[in-house]
Amino acid sequence: MNVLVIALLVVGLVFFTGGGVGILRFPDFFTRLHPAGKLDTLGSLLMMLAVAIYNLEHFSWEALLTSLKIMLIVLFIFLSSPTATHSIVDAGIRAGMVPWRKETPEEKAE
Amino acid sequence: MQYVFLYAGLYLCILMLLSLYRAVFGPTVLDRLVGVNAIGSKTVVLLILIGLIYGRVDMFVDISMAYAMLNFIAVLAASRYFQKRKGL
Repeated sequence: MNVLVIALLVVGLVFFTGGGVGILRFPDFFTRLHPAGKLDTLGSLLMMLAVAIYNLEHFSWEALLTSLKIMLIVLFIFLSSPTATHSIVDAGIRAGMVPWRKETPEEKAE
Repeated sequence: MQYVFLYAGLYLCILMLLSLYRAVFGPTVLDRLVGVNAIGSKTVVLLILIGLIYGRVDMFVDISMAYAMLNFIAVLAASRYFQKRKGL
């Protein structure tokens, strides 16, 4: 059981690492939203799942209720994170920001 | 097993520093908003890990749920507030 918990924690941390590096390294604000919106959601799911499984190691009804609450937080994050990301994109589009694109060779020559 | 959660929490703190760089030095306001949102979603996980280290998960779950809702409402309100401004 402990092996499963540790594996889920480590995979979740790997996803969080990808999100953090993506937020640092991407060139534009629209592209930065992509790791921030997706990888944080999946990392939260995996780490919360690990904690919920670890919490159920000694079964009791209180522990079951706590694990259900943890999964409820995950459900709320799955609803709220795409909504927040969409609202930030909407603000950027309405403020008139142009999405980043790679320079063509003709533009680079100028 | 406590040490696994302790080191996972410490690593999450280091990852929050990466997002904090984007939140402090971001070129536009919306970049800062992205960084703050990423820090908030990591904090929700970190609070539950702190609860496991202290052995009081039943209490920290409620705090974490409240923090998730607060983070969502804060990002939504800030992005609604900034969307009318030209040239952020």
